[in-house]
This record gives sequence, structure tokens and C-alpha cells, in this order.
Amino acid sequence: MPARMIADKTVRYILFASAIIAIVIVLAIGFFIFRESIQAWSEIGITEILLKTVWRPGQDQYGILAMIVGSVSVTFGAILLGVPLALGCAIFLAEIAPEGVQALVRPAVQLLAGIPSVVYGLFGMVILVPLVRKLGVPGNSGYGLLAASIVLAVMILPTIASVAEDAIRAVPENYRHGSLALGATKWQTITQVVLPAGKSGIIAGVILGIGRALGETMAMIMVIGNSVIMPKPLSGNPLTYFLSQARTLTGNIAVEISYATGIHESALFATGVVLFALIIIVNATARWIIRGQKFVEKAN
Amino acid sequence: MISLKKNITLVVSLLIIAALVSACGGTSTPGAPVTDPTTDNSTISVSGSTTVQPLAEKLAEAFMTENTGIRIDVQGGGSSVGVKAAGQGTSDIGMASREIKESELAEFPKLNVIVIARDGIAIVANADVTVSDLTVEQVRDIFSGKITNWKDLGGEDQNIIVVSREEGSGTRGAFEELVMGKDALITASAILQPSNGSIRTTVSTTPYSIGYMSFGYLDDTIKAISIGGIAPTEPNAADGSYPIVRPLNMLTNGEPTGAVKAFLDFILSDAGQKLVVEDGYIPVK
Amino acid sequence: MVEERLTEIALNHQAKAMSLKKERGKQKFWVGLMWLFGLITVLILILVVGYVLVQGGKAINWQFLVTPPKGGLSGEGGISTTIGTTFYLVGLTLLVATPLGVGAAVFLIEYAGEQSLSSKFLRSVISVSNFAVETLAGIPSIILGLFGYALFVSTLKFGFSLLSASLAGACLVLPTIIRTTEEALLAVPDDYRRGSLALGATKWQTLYRIVLPAGLPGIITGIILSVGRIISETAVFFVTLGGSYRLPSSIMDGGRTLALHLYYLAMDTRAFDKAMGTGAVLVVMIILINLGINLVSRKLTAGVRKVR
Repeated sequence: MPARMIADKTVRYILFASAIIAIVIVLAIGFFIFRESIQAWSEIGITEILLKTVWRPGQDQYGILAMIVGSVSVTFGAILLGVPLALGCAIFLAEIAPEGVQALVRPAVQLLAGIPSVVYGLFGMVILVPLVRKLGVPGNSGYGLLAASIVLAVMILPTIASVAEDAIRAVPENYRHGSLALGATKWQTITQVVLPAGKSGIIAGVILGIGRALGETMAMIMVIGNSVIMPKPLSGNPLTYFLSQARTLTGNIAVEISYATGIHESALFATGVVLFALIIIVNATARWIIRGQKFVEKAN
Repeated sequence: MISLKKNITLVVSLLIIAALVSACGGTSTPGAPVTDPTTDNSTISVSGSTTVQPLAEKLAEAFMTENTGIRIDVQGGGSSVGVKAAGQGTSDIGMASREIKESELAEFPKLNVIVIARDGIAIVANADVTVSDLTVEQVRDIFSGKITNWKDLGGEDQNIIVVSREEGSGTRGAFEELVMGKDALITASAILQPSNGSIRTTVSTTPYSIGYMSFGYLDDTIKAISIGGIAPTEPNAADGSYPIVRPLNMLTNGEPTGAVKAFLDFILSDAGQKLVVEDGYIPVK
Repeated sequence: MVEERLTEIALNHQAKAMSLKKERGKQKFWVGLMWLFGLITVLILILVVGYVLVQGGKAINWQFLVTPPKGGLSGEGGISTTIGTTFYLVGLTLLVATPLGVGAAVFLIEYAGEQSLSSKFLRSVISVSNFAVETLAGIPSIILGLFGYALFVSTLKFGFSLLSASLAGACLVLPTIIRTTEEALLAVPDDYRRGSLALGATKWQTLYRIVLPAGLPGIITGIILSVGRIISETAVFFVTLGGSYRLPSSIMDGGRTLALHLYYLAMDTRAFDKAMGTGAVLVVMIILINLGINLVSRKLTAGVRKVR
């Protein structure tokens, strides 16, 4: 066989091996994380870990419910603040802004996406926390869900905005033309024709944002307080729920991993498993919501 | 086609350069040690307590100026990690800012414990707190959440914001042993920070907060509380009148030899102990 | 009757005119709101980036850039070693991730349409592989860090080192490289491939002489994106690189990247000015990287236009 045919065959095998690598890595990650967590699951018990609210390794208590609530709460807050702004920005870029303004705003969104999370965390620590502290509710230290939600909202804004913008742009022009021809205004066209048509792409963007929010670690550690408590309102006003300190699943892992040994360490890996499961649930729910609808989005 | 070939060559050569640079390390960059042919050319890895870490770094720098062939890498991780790393041999030296537990000695029977200094744990508060003296019981009640307002201690009518270290921290372990005792637990609503430094940052910038940290981190941005009238100073800790004091340990797996032994000998020597005092700790002699 | 009818028509017109007016009014409000949202986004960027650059700029001078950090609590010193460590880490990570990623993408795209005995097996491998890449992209960085800690630092006993960190980092950027390479390869017109094969070249020759060079701008975009990702990333390297402020002298040594140094400065010391300075250097790097990406993608579209 001529040399170049041998080369061709060898290359094929090498490339095949590379393609397998991604599969191997994902399996390895799943395997290792799960393996390290087995000690916790077997010795502490699933209900103990998932349903108890007290996390005190020194007292052999490993309940992570408070962290699950913390992660979900801060993600909820970030979505509440971030989605309207991101969606508005996407609509603005796709439908409303003139070319020149687009050339200014879109790079700004891209740049926001690239800023390191520690810079956002630093900003949160130095500017946001003292600002939140000014809300004169007793027990408000400034650290907590509100500051964390704001930081997170800014971090997921570019993710959601760019995917949503792509989705909106992908809606065929005839939809818009048809709507305008029927006498609708531009805004009516946007809200009643374009957005519903791009629904699946927009939802995909929001899901991406949720995934990013659940997975954020360092910025959270810097502003959320890391207290292992079930967040609750600080006063009669239920909105002060967001002034409560909390801890996220990610923060739990990062802050304690350097100090943990033995079963404590295993419990932290179990926290990782729970985090992973949460993200999978969110993604599966999203797929279920979008099921059967035509995908008008570009995979990012 | 020629320009494309140029592109590939450029990219590939950049990658190769990056690889070579990463593999060899730059000898022309600042901070790289000059090899001395007469001394042992080796690396000592030190890991563990974040309390001991800055002291260890200072001692390491002083030692490395005298012994240019040896490189000492210090990192954190916490006292528990320091014990484990030393016991398993992952690090040459482990650092711990608390007594070694029975269970740890049982797990690593060859563990060799060397006390390099003693350290006081200071109770610190934000500068705007007017209370300046507390008893150990009061400290315990504050940290367990029993006392929640400064006015109960003669201060202003403000909620006390409690700041504490992470579980697994040697400083926290020592604090729990010496102050909280067997029955009281640190309140779950405390703000938790992962190092002495971040305790200092948090307490000094959060009004009406209180925390605990190693003596070595005291400075003028933060208010130190005296315990039972005794101020948190090195002399008070050395003569035993200040009650919250713990040992700073360095651990090795078995008897230390070679560069490790030389470093530990240096730490226990007069020169090393002088640096210990400079940093605000109590020497072992 | 006619009058009633005319009045009806007139009123109808009026109602329609009013409702149109109302709609136009509503639209003005909402469009204005969208302008506001766009403006707010830009303002946020200016606020965050501006604050960091202004505050950080105060701390940056030549000394800051070329002296190593002093370590300990003071936060004194500069950031020279952290810049070096960041470069080493980027280089090493790309060294691992680029061949793997490009190779995987090439296989997934170029060999996907193979007609061969094992094609069914190949097709399932390809779809599983695609699923794996998507999953890998969605894994939170702290979990990748945990994995890196469990496998490289502990089990394989590489310890806190450039090696552990770059292997973990490679897992992080692999999906990015694979995806951008895939897009780049898909954009190469099929005629290129067919022409080359018709001339008698083997698949591999076609690939490395024709397809890969044509797709190079896209691949480079992916590499630049990965560089940005590595520079900004903290969680993964926090648990695999260690915290030493010294410059690593081999791949088994640990160190700090700029982002990690910022974290340590902010948490452990009161040197917020130095932290801001480090942040400013980071932000400038990211801005340059973004510009690089835009330049490369412009060259990409220019290239495509030339083909047409």
C-alpha cells in the first residue's frame, strides 16, 4: 500500500481517538465525582443529605437543603432581574436599534460576557454590598441574596441577550411583513408575532442563563455571606427575604474543599452530584417545554 | 496558498514556543532562583494552615536567600489538609494551627509534630463598636447567638453581625476548643469567610461586626477586644494571662532529613524565631 | 337610516383612529423602554469596566507589572509572576486542548458521512460524542475543578501544579474548540473537497492541504475564545493550581493566575487598590482578545466573500 494510504488510515484512527476523548472525559468526570461521593451517600444517607438543613461537619451533620434553597433563590433573583433586561436588550438589538447604535451596543454585550467572574465579585464586594447595607433593616449586613442576585443578573445578561437576539433574528421576515400588512404596529408585531415565533430560542437562552447562574462560584463566595442557614425574611416584609445571607451549592464546595478530609470531603462531592442533578433537571425541563416546536435558534 | 502555509507555520511555532517555555521555565524572568552548584538543588513543598502560611512564607524567603539552591513552595488549604498532606507524603511539610487530634495521630502514626511558635487568637470588632472588653462567657454567648445586640453589652442599639471561619479551619477549631467549649456551637447565621485575611477584611468593613483571628493579622484597621481586662498582645499571650492561645505546628512524615531538616532547624534557630516575633507570634523558647 | 349609518361609520372610523392612536402611543412607550434597556446594558458595562479601569489604573505602573507579589498579608509587590503563570497555563492548556479538539471536530464532521462496514457503529459513536461535547460544555466549572482535584491532584498525585491545572483547563475549553472548529469546517465549501479527491488526493491530504487551511480563521477564533476563557476562569484553577505566588519553574510547580491573584488579594489582604489593578490588567486583556476575535471573524467573512 502506498505510503499516503497508510498515512490516511493512521490519521483516521488518531482522529477517531480524539473524537472519543470527549466521551471519555464526560464519563470520567461522572465516574470520579460519583465515586468520591459514595462514602457520603452510604454513611450519611440520602435523606439526611438532601432534606436536612443543618450543615455542621464538625458535629457530623451534613444537610444541604439550605444550600439548595440558596442556589435556587439566588438564581431566581438573577432571572427576575436579568431576563427582562436581557430580553429587552435583545429586542432592541434585533428590531429597534439603527445600524450605528447596534455597532455600539452589541460589542458592549460581548465584552460583558468576557469579564472574569472575580472582577464582578470584586465589584460586588466593594460597591454593591455597602450599597445594599444602606437598606436599614436590622440584621442586614449587605452580604446576601440581593447583592448576589444583582451580580449574577449582570453576569447572565449577555448570555441570554445574545442567544435571544439570534433567535429573534432567525424569525423569517415574511412573518413581520404579514403582520404589518394586516395593520399591526411594529410593537404589536414584535410582541404578538416575532416573540412567539422565536419562543424556543429565547427559552433556550434563558435556560443557558439559569445553567450559568447555578454554576457560578467565586463571585458568589465574595458577596453572599456563606452562612449555612435557610434564607428567610429579616422582617415582616417578605421582600426582605432577599436581604438574608445564604450559601450556594457551588460556594459550599469551593470554600470547604481545601479544608475537608474524609467523609467531609465526600459530602462535598455529594454536593457536586446534587448540583449536577439540578442542572440536568433544568435542562430536561427546558427540552420538555420546547418539545415539538420548530427550533428557530443557532446552537451557541 | 503560500500565505495560508505561513499562517499554519506561525500558529504551530507559537504553540511549540509556548510548550518549550512552559516545560523549561524562563531563567531570565524575575524571581527564578539561581542554581548554586554547592548546595542541594531541591524543592520543599509546604501546605496547610492559612494562619501559618504567611509566617511560613516569610521564613521561607529568609531561608532561600541564604540557601539559593532550594526552592520552597508554600500554599494554604487549612490545618486539616496540612495534617493529611504531611501524613500521606503529598507535601514535605504540613502546617497546622491547632493541636493534632488523637484520630489524626492514629491515622498517621509516623507523624512528627514540631511546634514552631505559639499564637493568640484575638477577638476583633469593627472600629465603630464601642465595647472594648468582654469575658470569655460573653464572647461565647455572642458567637452562639445568645446575645444579639450590642446594647446588651453596654454598647449601641445595633444587631451584632457575627463573622467566623470555615469548618475545618485550624483557627476555628482552636477557637471552638478554647472559647466555645464542648456544648456551645457557633451560630448558623454567622458570615463565613475562608481565611484570617478575609475575616479581617470583612470585620473591618462591616459595621457592628465581630470576629476572631490570629494575632499576627492585627492591625490598625480593626479593633481588638480585651478579654477579662487582658489585652491581646504577645507578652500577655506569652506569660499566659491572655487565655486564647494555640500552638503553630509544622508536621513531617517521620524524622526530617536534608533540605527539610535544614529549613526546620532554621525556623527553630534564633534567626528564625526572631522572624516569628516580628510577625506578632510567640517564640517557642 | 342613512344618517344613522353614516354616524355609525364615522364613529367606527373614530374608534379605529383612536385605537390606532392608542396603539401608537403604547408602541412609543415600549420602544422607548427598549431603548432604555439597551442604554442600561451599555451603562452597566461602562460602570463596571470604567470603575475597574479607573481605580485599577491608579495602581498600575511599570513596577507593578514587573515585580513579583510579596506574598503574605501585605498585598505588597506587583503581579509579574502571575502574568507569567497565566501565560504558561494558557500555553500548556492549548497545547493539550487544540490537537484534541481540532482532531475530534475533524472526525465528527469529515468522517460523518462515511460509507463503510462499520458505519452504523461510527454513526452512533458520532452522535454519542456530540452529546458528550454538549454535556461537557454545560458542566459547571467548580465540578470540573473537583474532577481535576480528584483525578490529577490526588489520584495521579500530580499535586497542585501547572500540569493538573492545564489538564483540567483543557477539559474546560475542549467544547469551545470542538464547536468552533466544527463550524469552520462546515463553512468550507464541499467543492474544495470534491475537487481535491477528484485529483487523486487521499482524504488526509485533502484535509491538511485544503480543508484545514481554509477553515483556519474559524479555528483560530476558537483558540482565541479559549484563551479568554482560561484567563477569566477561577474555580477550576483554584483547586488545581495551588496558591503559590512564585513563578513555576516546571510543570509540576503551582502558581497563581491573574484571576486567582485578584481573588486572594480581595479576600485575604486589604490591598483593594492592587486588586483593582490586577482586575484592570485582566479587563484590558479581555478587551484585546475581543478585538482579536472580531478581526479574525471579519477576515473569515472576507475570505468567504472572495470565494463567491
